[in-house]
Amino acid sequence: MNKKRGQQSIIFKVPPTLSAAAAIAGPKEGEGLLGNYFDKVMEDNLGGQDSWEKCESYMMEVAITAAVKKTGLLMMDIDFILAGDLLNQLIATNFAMRSLERPFLGLYGACSTMAESMIIGAMMLDGGFATNIVAAVSSHHDAAERQYRFPTELGAQRPLGAQWTVTASGAVVMTQGNNGPKVTAATIGKIVDPGMKDTNAMGPAMAPAAANTMWQHFQDTGRSPDYYDMIYTGDLGSVGKELVIRLIKDKGSDVSSNYEDCGCMIYRESQDAHAGASGCASSAAALCAYLYPQLAAGYLKKILFIGTGSLHSPTSYQQKESIPCVAHAVAIEI
Amino acid sequence: MSLNDSGYKNQQFNQRYQKMYEQVKPKPPLVQNLVGAFVVGGLICTVGQVFQNYFLAMNLSVKSASAMTTAVMIFLGALFTGLGVYDELGRRAGAGSTVPITGFANSIVAPAMEFKREGYVLGVGAKLFVIAGPVIVYGLLTSVVTGFIYWLIH
Repeated sequence: MNKKRGQQSIIFKVPPTLSAAAAIAGPKEGEGLLGNYFDKVMEDNLGGQDSWEKCESYMMEVAITAAVKKTGLLMMDIDFILAGDLLNQLIATNFAMRSLERPFLGLYGACSTMAESMIIGAMMLDGGFATNIVAAVSSHHDAAERQYRFPTELGAQRPLGAQWTVTASGAVVMTQGNNGPKVTAATIGKIVDPGMKDTNAMGPAMAPAAANTMWQHFQDTGRSPDYYDMIYTGDLGSVGKELVIRLIKDKGSDVSSNYEDCGCMIYRESQDAHAGASGCASSAAALCAYLYPQLAAGYLKKILFIGTGSLHSPTSYQQKESIPCVAHAVAIEI
Repeated sequence: MSLNDSGYKNQQFNQRYQKMYEQVKPKPPLVQNLVGAFVVGGLICTVGQVFQNYFLAMNLSVKSASAMTTAVMIFLGALFTGLGVYDELGRRAGAGSTVPITGFANSIVAPAMEFKREGYVLGVGAKLFVIAGPVIVYGLLTSVVTGFIYWLIH
């Protein structure tokens, strides 16, 4: 039987298990709401490395190694690694893979990469192409800031709608068989571009993509919003989150009671991150550090995890292009 | 509003969405920002004035005292950027710390620090004026145009 459902979704026949997850974070994240849940919190934004880019690679190595260790498997038991980050040419990921010596596919979906990696990983497992897969992402505030915006020491004032790129890396090990939270369904998003050009308002730019994928997921799978204990989007921040609720309301559905954004779960109000967190690691940190343990312990039973990515570059922004956005949904159930 | 309409270049959806966004968009705390800019900008200028008076008291001419003050303020801007304080100041003060000459120093020292890892030629050398460059270019252009107009009048 075909595993595709409706226009954009997949129902897995043998749902792959998420057998372990691990996350490492920077000091600001360590002081944040999820501080106690990370496997490791670095003392500074360099983590003992001599550049922010190297630090990001280091974080990904640590996250992957820690996640694999938790399963009791060896690194050589991992069939494929699917991973990505925000830096040009995926350098954080590519360089992290040098020492791991596993077959690897680099993926770019901006901040939606965690969901993208998990969907492709789940397809490979359900398709019988692999037994153990690692999906991982990383992002680093300073490395992202210098690539996308200004030098970090520049005294510029950030608008209130701006978000703070998370310094962290998260990895999950996905396995065929075993007990634990399973990836039961997925919805792959279309690019949605509401014509917004302000890179200080990426949550609002991505909200229509998130709402679109969420809505399509309900249509394709026949599930309603209350089917899930919680629905999480990746990094829309407080403004984007409010917009998703309004967009879904316009469709005649209500998600205000069981919907949260990972970008609102990382920092405290007092940390001056303004509208919340962003970056690949926003959704990954929330998933690997907090949501996965909640699922594994049975406190959460059914969640819809929606990675959201804004697919612009500094060049496209300078050439006055609007921001194309994408969102991918992964249903995780126990 | 239909989400299915939220396709690329769907003007109707985009306009309606823009309106929805304007409703939830956080408003900048104007009073707080203005007070921050006024106090910090004023303090920086007061520090400058203290140095100027000090140099004048040392019997320097007004021109030399101004030049010395400028040099000291640039040094202070660079120093506090290097100490990692200036970006914290700018976060609260906005234009209050960007507009004085200390802000100009910050805009040059910040990229210099940031791109040191890419080496002294392709890093520091090439990126030094990445923020201040446009200011210098259009500052020069404006002075040339102004000079030309002045020449025409006289």
